[in-house]
Amino acid sequence: MMRLFWACLFLFSVVIRTHAQSGDEILKRVDQNMFSETRISVSRMIIQGGRGSRTLELKTWQRGTRESFSEFLAPARDKGTKMLKLQDMLWTYSPSTDRTILISGHMLRQSVMGSDLSYEDMMEDPHLPNLYSAKISSEETVNERPCWVLALTSKKEDIAYNSRMIWVDKARYVLLRENLYAKSGKLLKTLDVREVMEVKNRWLAKSILYKDVLKDGEGTEFLVDSLALEVAIPDYLFSKAALKR
Amino acid sequence: MIEFLLKGLLRDRSRSVFPLLIVAAGVALMVFLHAWLNGVISDLIRSTANYRTGHVCVMTRAYADKADQIPNDLALLGIDTLLATLRQSYPDFIWTPRITFGGLLDIPDDMGETKEQAPVSGMGVSLLSAASPEWRILNIRPALVRGRLPEKAGEILIAEELSEKLKVQPGQIATLISSTMYGSMMFSNFLIAGTVRFGLGPMDRGSIIVDIADIQRALDMQQGAGLVLGLFHDDLYHEEQANIVTANFNARHASDTDKFSPIMRTLRTQSGLSDYLDYVGVFSTFILAIFLVAMSIVLWNAGLTGGLRRYGEIGLRLAIGEETGHVYRSMMVESLMIGIAGSLLGTGIGTGCAYYLQVHGFDIGFMTKNSTMMLAEVVRAQVTPVSLVIGFIPGILATFLGAAISGIGIYRRSTSQLFKELET
Repeated sequence: MMRLFWACLFLFSVVIRTHAQSGDEILKRVDQNMFSETRISVSRMIIQGGRGSRTLELKTWQRGTRESFSEFLAPARDKGTKMLKLQDMLWTYSPSTDRTILISGHMLRQSVMGSDLSYEDMMEDPHLPNLYSAKISSEETVNERPCWVLALTSKKEDIAYNSRMIWVDKARYVLLRENLYAKSGKLLKTLDVREVMEVKNRWLAKSILYKDVLKDGEGTEFLVDSLALEVAIPDYLFSKAALKR
Repeated sequence: MIEFLLKGLLRDRSRSVFPLLIVAAGVALMVFLHAWLNGVISDLIRSTANYRTGHVCVMTRAYADKADQIPNDLALLGIDTLLATLRQSYPDFIWTPRITFGGLLDIPDDMGETKEQAPVSGMGVSLLSAASPEWRILNIRPALVRGRLPEKAGEILIAEELSEKLKVQPGQIATLISSTMYGSMMFSNFLIAGTVRFGLGPMDRGSIIVDIADIQRALDMQQGAGLVLGLFHDDLYHEEQANIVTANFNARHASDTDKFSPIMRTLRTQSGLSDYLDYVGVFSTFILAIFLVAMSIVLWNAGLTGGLRRYGEIGLRLAIGEETGHVYRSMMVESLMIGIAGSLLGTGIGTGCAYYLQVHGFDIGFMTKNSTMMLAEVVRAQVTPVSLVIGFIPGILATFLGAAISGIGIYRRSTSQLFKELET
């Protein structure tokens, strides 16, 4: 009887704790699940345009959220194009011109290799708790997974997306859907996670459809082919000299 | 009778000089305004056709819907076949492919780092063939300021103003940063062969001219072009013919509902030029109407003044038995003579001034500094056969109307009172 009492008390406390989680706490858990110290990934971007689709392959080395180095592996036209992000700066190297160009100003609004992702999206601080405060809006099921729907409101003025709606898997704390809105409330971009994977006890997106609502086409699909977390990355990779190597 | 009236006018100058001067001044102003507007519109049509739209223009249906955004992702592909068809089916036009694009021109320092950078609007045209019609259409040779014309692939021309802004000289390398037709960011190095100045604000501020094959390669649009322009061989826009050809071409492709199928547009239906030309047409008619009314009022007033001055003369003529209608008609004939003489004089002065402006032009570059319309910095009038006759309509009509209105007073004179009036 006593054991049953303690079991019930434990279950009750778990239920209470789960329900008591605020939007901000859930967002923090999502953030903790998503980020690692380092990661190396090989992925594909399948861009569905008005005139058919194109597939780009790239390898990315990432340290924290402020440093990353990417190299395009395919197709032949884009092979060897590299991008380096260091803090708030973004450089791109084009092997055909042997030039390293700083992407700044209105160039940041251009799309990355024709995808639905802009350079501005790449430069944004990916730690959502730093940028938004969250409130639980409702609960829904996405891909047969129970989710919290969080309404995110920006804490800062100068931000690309003033508000977001995110669907968070209740058990895995992984984002399964996201809508990004302008200050006017207009929907700008949508993100749908089609497949997730577990790597080192973290649930991460493996296949994502990212869509710029204002653009024609059916969006850009990101497929992660391989992912290694918490691996050593040499320092030289996060320098401008690495772009020309 | 005419000789008699003419002698009267010549001998009594106070009767003719003032109305004649008024008519001449008004007609001269009218002729000059007409020729000036003519020049401005012709320049606008010519430069818009040559640099942007052609007299007719072929593009994809999807491109036509967003033409203002220059959507190269919706460009025509396989243009060699299209060009061959157009040249065969519509030989009255010169057909030439164009790619318009935007981007940044980046000038490297010795280390390959960005030294200067500026936004540019580019034009990909057939440059490397001596037989290319673009040399004449774009007037490239006379526009060259420094350096030389492109001779091989990878060479470009840039606006002189842009070269000053970027502090570059012909012979230097520049990197073009733009987007491919699939939206990828692209970088391409070009040698600056020379600098140009076209005398058109939007072209001179920040344009670059690249050979079409080079830009097709750079923007990943092999065998592609945003537009295929068609220009009449005589450089003049024949609207009726352009409409017929456009309707014919579009009817041929009406069954093809694919968004990338070609569609033809006339100059008038592009770039909002239709509204502008309609506006100018209404404006010209409005000026003519105002001028006619204003001159009629002035001449009516002049007629009244003259009538008052000639009160005694007209009274005497009526008193000695001249018919009221005869007096009225003689005044009408006098006014016609003054109208014709004034119109002749005014047309001479007006066309003379307009011709001077046609030859020498007037620099309005300071006014078009930020204009996005293809307005020439030097405006010129254009004297046409119409300029020689347009002044006669208000010149004669206004004089005639003025005299007709003021002459009505003759009928109000009471014959029984005439001698009494003359005695006093």
